[in-house]
Amino acid sequence: MLKFIKHNMETITGIEIYPVIALLIFFIFFSALIIWVFTYRKEALNELSRLPLEQEEEEHRNTNILKP
Amino acid sequence: MEVQQFYYDNKIVKKFLYASVFFGVVGMAVGLLLALMFIFPNMTDNISWLSFGRLRPLHTNAVIFAFVGNAIFGGVYYSLQRLLKTRMYSDVLSNINFWGWQLIIVAAAITLPLGYTSSKEYAELEWPIDIAIAVVWVVFGINMIMTIIKRRERHLYVAIWFYLATFVTVAVLHIFNNIELPVNMLKSYSVYAGVQDALVQWWYGHNAVAFFLTTPFLGLMYYYLPKIANRPVYSYRLSIIHFWSLIFLYIWAGPHHLLYSALPEWAQNLGVVFSVMLIAPSWGGMINGLLTLRGAWDKVRTEPVLKFFVVAITGYGMATFEGPLLSFKNVNAIAHYTDWIVAHVHVGALAWNGFMTFAIVYWLLPRIAKTQLYSKKLANFHFWIGTLGIVLYTIPLYVAGFSQHMMWKQFNPDGTLKYGNFLETVTAIMPMYAMRAVGGTLYVIGVFVLVYNIYKTMKGAARVEDELAEAPSLARISPSRIRGERFHAWLERKPVQLTLLATVAILIGGIVQIVPTIVVDSNIQTISSVKPYTPLELEGRDLYIREGCVNCHSQMVRPFRSEVERYGEYSKSGEYVYDHPFLWGSKRTGPDLHRLGAKYSDNWHFNHMYDPQSTSPGSIMPGYKWLYENKPMDYSETAAKMRVMQKLGVPYTDEEIAEAAQAVKAQSQKIEDNLKNDPDFVKSYEASRKAALEKGESFVPMSEREITALIAYLQRLGTDIKVKEEK
Repeated sequence: MLKFIKHNMETITGIEIYPVIALLIFFIFFSALIIWVFTYRKEALNELSRLPLEQEEEEHRNTNILKP
Repeated sequence: MEVQQFYYDNKIVKKFLYASVFFGVVGMAVGLLLALMFIFPNMTDNISWLSFGRLRPLHTNAVIFAFVGNAIFGGVYYSLQRLLKTRMYSDVLSNINFWGWQLIIVAAAITLPLGYTSSKEYAELEWPIDIAIAVVWVVFGINMIMTIIKRRERHLYVAIWFYLATFVTVAVLHIFNNIELPVNMLKSYSVYAGVQDALVQWWYGHNAVAFFLTTPFLGLMYYYLPKIANRPVYSYRLSIIHFWSLIFLYIWAGPHHLLYSALPEWAQNLGVVFSVMLIAPSWGGMINGLLTLRGAWDKVRTEPVLKFFVVAITGYGMATFEGPLLSFKNVNAIAHYTDWIVAHVHVGALAWNGFMTFAIVYWLLPRIAKTQLYSKKLANFHFWIGTLGIVLYTIPLYVAGFSQHMMWKQFNPDGTLKYGNFLETVTAIMPMYAMRAVGGTLYVIGVFVLVYNIYKTMKGAARVEDELAEAPSLARISPSRIRGERFHAWLERKPVQLTLLATVAILIGGIVQIVPTIVVDSNIQTISSVKPYTPLELEGRDLYIREGCVNCHSQMVRPFRSEVERYGEYSKSGEYVYDHPFLWGSKRTGPDLHRLGAKYSDNWHFNHMYDPQSTSPGSIMPGYKWLYENKPMDYSETAAKMRVMQKLGVPYTDEEIAEAAQAVKAQSQKIEDNLKNDPDFVKSYEASRKAALEKGESFVPMSEREITALIAYLQRLGTDIKVKEEK
């Protein structure tokens, strides 16, 4: 399978560096992602995940205020 | 902190959802009509604007951009305001977004049936409409980003990230795929040719699925599902991983639509690798959605809205499992060009997009009208009939897909094809097509039930008014609070930086794949015997585009023994260098046409195009009688078309362009002479000439009618390298 790929790529100068770059891009991307999510504070995550629900609580408050 | 009062704009939400339902009915009804045409191919006989090839793009565009598109806008405008605790930035922009989008849809509904199409799938609209789409889309983006900037909530919930990625990526895809040179207001040619056009098209096509049908709906899922189930999303961490890995990987996967084609092998392999990797974020997201319902499954039993959500997310899981599966080369060899693909996209469209839209409509419209849904029972009925519809739609097409695969590739012991006549493989699956139409009917009935239910709900309800809300204004963060802040917290309150980073993530894949194919010449062989189309063939090709032949016929013979045996020499990338746009197609309802040229006589084509069943009994191709009408073909733009082609690099000389009219005349006369070899033709031709003269009409010779140009093109197909290579 590789022979098809190589054949097409021979004309690109400096092709040897591409796989290294690719590996680096992916490794860095996914490592960063993992580090990102696992260094999050648990409370911050909880707070964020409640964002869609907050409204609910407020609306209840509002309707209570509006009621005579 | 000062508490501010403001109003949420509910009216714009209502308008978008109404439009979504309305165009949903239209788009699905057209789909049903198309499904019926498989069984009754001549039901719209002689009505050009109701022919299959012209209506199929109308169906796909209506469902994707009108039904789903309006649902996205409605869902985003509601959730964005609430997640950011502010009204949309500008009512004017909101309304330009709404009315502009509807105008585009109407323009599409008029131009597509009239045959104005660029023929690139899901991007068929002609260039002025493309520009309008870009403008309205940017209006939407500005409105959204400005709303984010004036928000009252510091952090951007993950749903908003999905909305932002949708905006950026669709803009990039739409613009790059639609770079065209216009001939006139309603005709243009893609600047890319052949293989490059195919690669750009499927980079677009695949990511239209990713960033128009998937990411915005994931954003909606992350907002509405927690909201409706009244519990936070199962794992916010997972949703972050879901977002970044999905947008990073998705953009690379386009070439899996072109496996075994003349696309360079390295690009095909890249597409496969990324498609397979996509299962991880996709299923991560699906699991995150389903597990959000943990502890709330009892509500699913009683709440139809949640039922719709469960089937929608399950549909997402099924479609995203199938996607990577289909992009394995050996599976793709089976499924590509068959009805399996049609089943696959309908799992996504009917379950994931359709059902989630219904859920949002059922939940949101009564809510903003401060009322209850008219009938939960009817909603439940809709759910069940819709689900049954999906099952009855998809399963027959899976069976049909496998039957096609097996029949197309089966050999006799003596090495000949068992089903050498393509028609046998069509008539064998007719019962499946009939069942698919039944499934589609059930699904459409469900939608009508929704329309009734929503009509009754909204009729009795109060007028939808803007909703009063209050929230503290967003104070500037003091430097002491930012100290020690981690990167994520910083990024998640910086919409512009977040958007830029998302853009970088999606551009990497696009650049790596597309730039080399366009820049590196050695990727496409040049074949010296491949010559540009003659003026008549070029005009015939435009008829082929106008009539949407590409919807049912591919022009790409894959290098398989079964295909070479059936169609002839497999297709080479160098054969397409003058094809602006490419016409490889993605479905073989009928046979491949790349080696059609010189296979049959001109008379065969003449009779076949008029009444396909006369030459091919049992064929489900409709006739194209309007190509034979007693009026001259319009050749007024031939020279202009050739000049555009010349600008795009097709080596027409100035003399050739100057003498285009003579060339057309000479070649078309030859075809008419060929036609006269058939005594039946001569007889009926003379009879119609007499009839015309008796009525006092002028009689247009066959050589000047449209069908002649089409025959010229069909006879040219794939002949450049054909002659020498056959024994």
